[in-house]
Amino acid sequence: MNNNLFEYLLRLGDDSLIIGHRLSEWCGHGPILEEDIAMTNLALDFIGQATSILNYAGQVEGKDRDGDALAFLRYEREYRNLLLVEQPNEDFGVTMMRQFLFDAFRKPLFEALTKSTDKQLAAIAEKSLKETRYHLKHSSEWVIRLGDGTEESHKRAQYALDTLWRYTDELFFENEVDQALQAEGIVPSLAPIKKEWVKTVQDVIEEATLTIPQNGWKQDGGRIGRHSENLGYILAELQYMQRAYPGNKW
Amino acid sequence: MSNANWPLWEVFIRSKQGLSHKHVGSLRAADAEMAVTNARDVYTRRSEGISIWVVKSNDVYASDPSEAEELFEPADSKVYRHPTFYEVPEGISHM
Repeated sequence: MNNNLFEYLLRLGDDSLIIGHRLSEWCGHGPILEEDIAMTNLALDFIGQATSILNYAGQVEGKDRDGDALAFLRYEREYRNLLLVEQPNEDFGVTMMRQFLFDAFRKPLFEALTKSTDKQLAAIAEKSLKETRYHLKHSSEWVIRLGDGTEESHKRAQYALDTLWRYTDELFFENEVDQALQAEGIVPSLAPIKKEWVKTVQDVIEEATLTIPQNGWKQDGGRIGRHSENLGYILAELQYMQRAYPGNKW
Repeated sequence: MSNANWPLWEVFIRSKQGLSHKHVGSLRAADAEMAVTNARDVYTRRSEGISIWVVKSNDVYASDPSEAEELFEPADSKVYRHPTFYEVPEGISHM
């Protein structure tokens, strides 16, 4: 088995799984009916991505674990998602800002991954990219509308940006896993992806009349399994059925 | 939450190449861009469409139901406007 590829697929798959779960929490609570449906659609896109990525991770691992086993039967420290995606929804402004910061990263990442020498990963990226382009359009438009909206929406959007900014450095976390996979042409270097992310974020944030925080303090840890307290609560809800009724299907 | 200030939009979807846009329903959105985005999520999630039009409901000028008699009834007695008096020659299909 390729340990590095398994590790990398967990990062991709867990990001999709956890942000998909966060979005699904909005089901029935959206600010308007149309947006409620939109967010549920997004959640389903992400859970679909998680399914194909984690199924593939299970194959690569070769220990007879499928996507469900990986999603529902791992412990907190074994998850590799970003701290950003596990942050609470709070209000609609925080949810959309979190989504925007993530989508702006995912789009160039998937674009680069379509050129992966790993055919299966390239195919997953190709399919996910179409969804991601729409996700970014949707979240960018909301960030602009909220930032450049009323006094109240501007205040909340700025609060969202200030709160989440500390988790954005981790988007570009790289270690020996990346280096090994980059050498084989399986995954891209994150440096050019960061450049594109910075440009997208600057453009949208400026159009939204918001201010990028100058505070340099950043937090990471998700990529190596060191999570914020939020992930435990997410997993408690996500895994409850499989833990209480092992092997349960419906 | 209230969306009282958001205008209503009529949504038209074209289902596939060659067919015209059809009215499918309406929704609320702050602007045209959001209306298209919402329409995509509300009306095309089961592959219903390849093109979306949105029109502000306020901009639709409609016929007055109380004028239905003078507008539509005169056509009822003019059966000769329907091409039903022709014999279709044999061998002509799709008529």
